[in-house]
Amino acid sequence: MQSSLFFEFSKRNVRLHWFRSLLAVIGIVIGVVTIATMGILGNSLVLAISDSLSTVGDSIIVTPHSGGGMMGGGGTSADLITERDVEQIRRAVAPDLTIPVYSGSSRMKIGLEDTAGIIYGLKQDDIPLLLELEKGSYLRGSSGCMVGQKFADENDITIGTRITVGDKGSLRVVGILKERGMGFDINPDYGIVVDDKWFSDAFDQQDYNMVIVKVKDLNSIEKVKDAIDKKLNRRETIVDVIDTKAILETILTTFGQISTFTTAIGGISLIVAGVSILNIMMMSVTERIKEIGVLRSIGTQRKEVRRMFLYEALILGLLGSVIGGVLALGGGYAVSLLMLQTTEYLFVPSSIVYVFYGMAFGIGTSLLSGLYPAWKASNLNPIDALRHE
Amino acid sequence: MSGSVNGVYIIEFKDVTKVYPLPAGDVVALDKVSLGIRPGDFVAIMGPSGSGKSTLLNLMGFLDTPSSGDLFIRGRNVRGMTDEELTALRRDHIGFIFQQFNLIPLLTALENVQYPLNLKTGKRNNSDRSREVLKAMDLGESLHTHKPSELSGGQQQRVAIARALVNNPEILLADEPTGNLDTRTGTAIMELLEDLNHREGKTIIMVTHDPGIARYAHKTIRLVDGRISEIEEATEEA
Repeated sequence: MQSSLFFEFSKRNVRLHWFRSLLAVIGIVIGVVTIATMGILGNSLVLAISDSLSTVGDSIIVTPHSGGGMMGGGGTSADLITERDVEQIRRAVAPDLTIPVYSGSSRMKIGLEDTAGIIYGLKQDDIPLLLELEKGSYLRGSSGCMVGQKFADENDITIGTRITVGDKGSLRVVGILKERGMGFDINPDYGIVVDDKWFSDAFDQQDYNMVIVKVKDLNSIEKVKDAIDKKLNRRETIVDVIDTKAILETILTTFGQISTFTTAIGGISLIVAGVSILNIMMMSVTERIKEIGVLRSIGTQRKEVRRMFLYEALILGLLGSVIGGVLALGGGYAVSLLMLQTTEYLFVPSSIVYVFYGMAFGIGTSLLSGLYPAWKASNLNPIDALRHE
Repeated sequence: MSGSVNGVYIIEFKDVTKVYPLPAGDVVALDKVSLGIRPGDFVAIMGPSGSGKSTLLNLMGFLDTPSSGDLFIRGRNVRGMTDEELTALRRDHIGFIFQQFNLIPLLTALENVQYPLNLKTGKRNNSDRSREVLKAMDLGESLHTHKPSELSGGQQQRVAIARALVNNPEILLADEPTGNLDTRTGTAIMELLEDLNHREGKTIIMVTHDPGIARYAHKTIRLVDGRISEIEEATEEA
């Protein structure tokens, strides 16, 4: 009951000195908005990157050592993985799936338009294991091809469109692939997928540019990697073996750290706001020394005086944090739209939580800033306080 | 009064010394003072500046504690009491009346009076008792919602007396209660205190420079250099 009495005191004092209270609240608002907005932006960035990466972390990518053949269609066999190597990988990782991949790039003619794109050569049976179909059908013969969605959109490609690949021949589009996002293995969104035999004949290339191993049990990734390593790199390193999970984790950790760093920068503005509250509260204590003396002389306990000043800090913190929290949603919306061109990651729990973090920090900073003035007020000697003019 | 200290006193000083340590050297504000105040006494404390009047009043109000000697309230020694216990003593047994009224500017007249009662009872709805005391101080309902700055000096002092009385304390301590009032208002306030002493038997201890005001008291303690120089009992005619 007495708490509400002292809360009322604090409320009236905040109202009486509305202008300086407003300045303190503005400080907290800025701090909360900065922390929350930076947090939302960082989290949205991480989510956006996660979404743009197709990899779910279940793949091991085997490339020729030094990676020379990944994109170099028609490369020399020294840069590539031989059929024998593929067999060895298959034996090392069984029962996990091994998908050998040809890749290259070429100029293409679509109707009258000339363009360029990436070409992937995959065994027809392996295609559904890697890629999802949006329209049409998967490859059934060697005269067809499948097209990445973005490539199709940019070049007005529909089912039945004919694509001429350099001087290698003409292919009919039989299927359009679902957008896959950026991957660590293949990126077919901006290219086409053809039958492996067609690729091999067209580019006169027998060996593969990479092998993708789909691991069923994610816990066994390290074991599978080791098995490939032991089998192929026994005498000399001929292949590089990387797992997408590790790459993904490294990327997300890096962006997470960037996000934490930017949020911490936001925290500095909250510290400044805290100093402003400390200053305002000290002014309040100094102005009210005599009043504190009167309160103490008529029976107010030290802890009650302390509570009164802490309530004042709490009111400032609550006001600043609530207003800051609301504005942070607007700030997060604006910054996401400006920097990521999308607000789809704003209302997800992992982003919204930064608004609550910001508010909690705002209230915490205010209370911390109020501690010393409250302690000072409560420890004033009542006689000295009463004499104060 | 002085020297004959026994259990009938509401406040009792036994060889009380108060020393303020200062960088330039210790200042002895009270020097081995012994005195007793009986319930219902109306006492004026007089003396020149620096004689120890305020120190004596502060000790009586438990705002301060003796450097040596013993101070009793109703036979209870305050030596060794915690700040919390002394504060509770002030809240429950003492009513303070100040020269500058010292009302809380954030609160209305009624809220100022309610405040000590709220502290004591832990409840916020004590307006009946507060209104009753304000009415006894001749302050009409229309003034209850006024802030101190909206009241005259006399009205503020009446509110302050109402605040001092609301917890029904046994002792009223008044520090120059008329010092900031004109003569007519000061006389009215003193008549009010005299009435409280007569009718309700309140023990009133008052510091004053004004011999005219001191005449309302039944006893006058004169202090010089921290010692009691004279205790004057008023005659019936006075």
